[in-house]
Amino acid sequence: MTENALRDDDLAADRSKMMISETDVAVEIKNMNKWYGDFHVLRDINLKVMRGERIVICGPSGSGKSTMIRCINRLEEHQAGNIIVDGNELTDDLKKIDEIRREVGMCFQHFNLFPHLTILENCTLAPIWVRKMPKKEAEEIAMHYLERVKIPEQALKYPGQLSGGQQQRVAIARSLCMNPKIMLFDEPTSALDPEMIKEVLDVMVGLAEEGMTMLCVTHEMGFARKVANRVIFMDAGQIVEQNEPEPFFTNPQHERTKLFLSQILHH
Amino acid sequence: MSTNSVFEVRTEEAPTLPAPVSTSGVIGWMRANLFSSIGNTVLTVIGVLIAYSLIAPLIQFALIDAVWTGDNREACLPQDGGHSGACWAYVEAYFPQFIYGRYPTEEIWRVNIVYFLFAALLVPLAMPSMPFKRTNALLFLVAFPIVAYFLLTGLVIGGTVILPIVETAVWGGLLVTLVIAVTGIVASLPLGIALALGRRSKMPVIKLVSIIFIEFWRGVPLITVLFMSSVMLPLFLPEGVTFDKLLRVLIGVTLFSAAYMAEVVRGGLQAIPKGQYEGAMALGLRFWPMMYLIILPQALKLVIPGIVNTFIGLFKDTTLVLIVGMFDLLGQIQSSFTDPTWSTPSQGHTGYLFAAIVFFVFCFGMSRYSIFMEKKLHTGHKR
Repeated sequence: MTENALRDDDLAADRSKMMISETDVAVEIKNMNKWYGDFHVLRDINLKVMRGERIVICGPSGSGKSTMIRCINRLEEHQAGNIIVDGNELTDDLKKIDEIRREVGMCFQHFNLFPHLTILENCTLAPIWVRKMPKKEAEEIAMHYLERVKIPEQALKYPGQLSGGQQQRVAIARSLCMNPKIMLFDEPTSALDPEMIKEVLDVMVGLAEEGMTMLCVTHEMGFARKVANRVIFMDAGQIVEQNEPEPFFTNPQHERTKLFLSQILHH
Repeated sequence: MSTNSVFEVRTEEAPTLPAPVSTSGVIGWMRANLFSSIGNTVLTVIGVLIAYSLIAPLIQFALIDAVWTGDNREACLPQDGGHSGACWAYVEAYFPQFIYGRYPTEEIWRVNIVYFLFAALLVPLAMPSMPFKRTNALLFLVAFPIVAYFLLTGLVIGGTVILPIVETAVWGGLLVTLVIAVTGIVASLPLGIALALGRRSKMPVIKLVSIIFIEFWRGVPLITVLFMSSVMLPLFLPEGVTFDKLLRVLIGVTLFSAAYMAEVVRGGLQAIPKGQYEGAMALGLRFWPMMYLIILPQALKLVIPGIVNTFIGLFKDTTLVLIVGMFDLLGQIQSSFTDPTWSTPSQGHTGYLFAAIVFFVFCFGMSRYSIFMEKKLHTGHKR
């Protein structure tokens, strides 16, 4: 099997390992609305994510999916409704926002690594400055996670010297160093060359197997099929349809979902 | 051995020869860059002629015809009615004044200690490979100014004179130039950063205050600032309250260049992609750690050329303090022109040439150091 071959089978995850809590709510969004100026970007969003759930959010460009997960760690501010993350409600209270950001990791489409710091410094920065961890301990943790994403040998390089796939894996390791309870992925593979997508997805599958609560905005339907226990389809700022992956892909209900799936699956 | 055999074995190494002169070395370079076509050859010849006609007289004046020793103007007078060269003997005689102004001769050791401390602290601070950066920076930015202040102005504790007071009015020459330039540079950078952040702040009051401050100081000429601070300000102060004139100039120069610095830094801040802020915020960094650790290091690195540009401008603008009766290096040199002992036709030329050389050395040094730092901080991450 060549390492770069992107086949759904390679991503097969062991679902039996993925435990979902029945009672423990990780994220709850209630009647959330958001406007950009006069434009109503998110309309009446209701979503309950249990601990250990892996949720894939898809939808056409501009449907508000990125905006929705960015509201969860307050990179975007919502104007109406409630967002409760890990038992804390997101309000203007800066302390609460800090607390939530410490517990919620995020990976971006363009990685957003800090180009002036080495890979290791990228990973140790938040543990040292936010968690007040001693430098040595932070470095040990960073190396542990860099080994997990299989690039410990790059620790002393700068982000600019790494490939896109390696950079995204560093970004995941950087988030994991904060030992988050929830991980948000905002189109983590959209900016990558095809041959690098698998190495990133492999890491994400590994995370899912370990029981991480994940919300992923992605168009990798293979990943959704294998890992997600729920797929959410958004269009025009609303959640149009959500279901388990198998019925979602084989038997979509809403017209817009059918159209979207036909466009991305058969071209 | 058969003459028709194709068999061959090398018995001795072929020598490695230097590349043909026409493609490498000085001649190759000249061919490629200076004489690659008829047009380029003509341009090269014209360029050389212009350079020669400018540089030759300068060398003639500054070195060949120059007078290096002498006790008074007699030594530097033109011989046989011809042109005379630079009168370096005059610069030598006035050298202490150019460096210290009218600082009392018996107290000059204090200035020398300040010069020495300045160099001894700045050089290791500027070299990235030297250890103890934090201690060094603390010494340079906190301890040194205090020590220098008391050394230069004097120290009297409870009526006991430890270091005799030296009024700033008698300071002059390079001392004044450096005091103003260094204070201005060191103080204007943090102030400029604060103003740049303030101008980008979401808080309306802070933003408005920053904008008004920046636009006010950028909108008035430095000469006006200096003039106002030394002539007008005392009119507004209550009777008996006086600030030292040098202090007023220092504040004026610092605020003035801080406004320019703020706009340079703001340019850098604007060049940082939004993703860097989001990456930092998503990790839980608060505003100040995010600025200090992520945004400012990148923004300031981007605008090193602009920052050094402002520094160099500030360094040269110190010459304007002459307008308020302070004698910086240039002012001190100009004031020496009135001395009949050294009055010769070449005195002015020599004095200005000396000033130009000193200013050039400092400014060129800053320029080269900034290029060195740019290269040093380049981590191969241009996106």
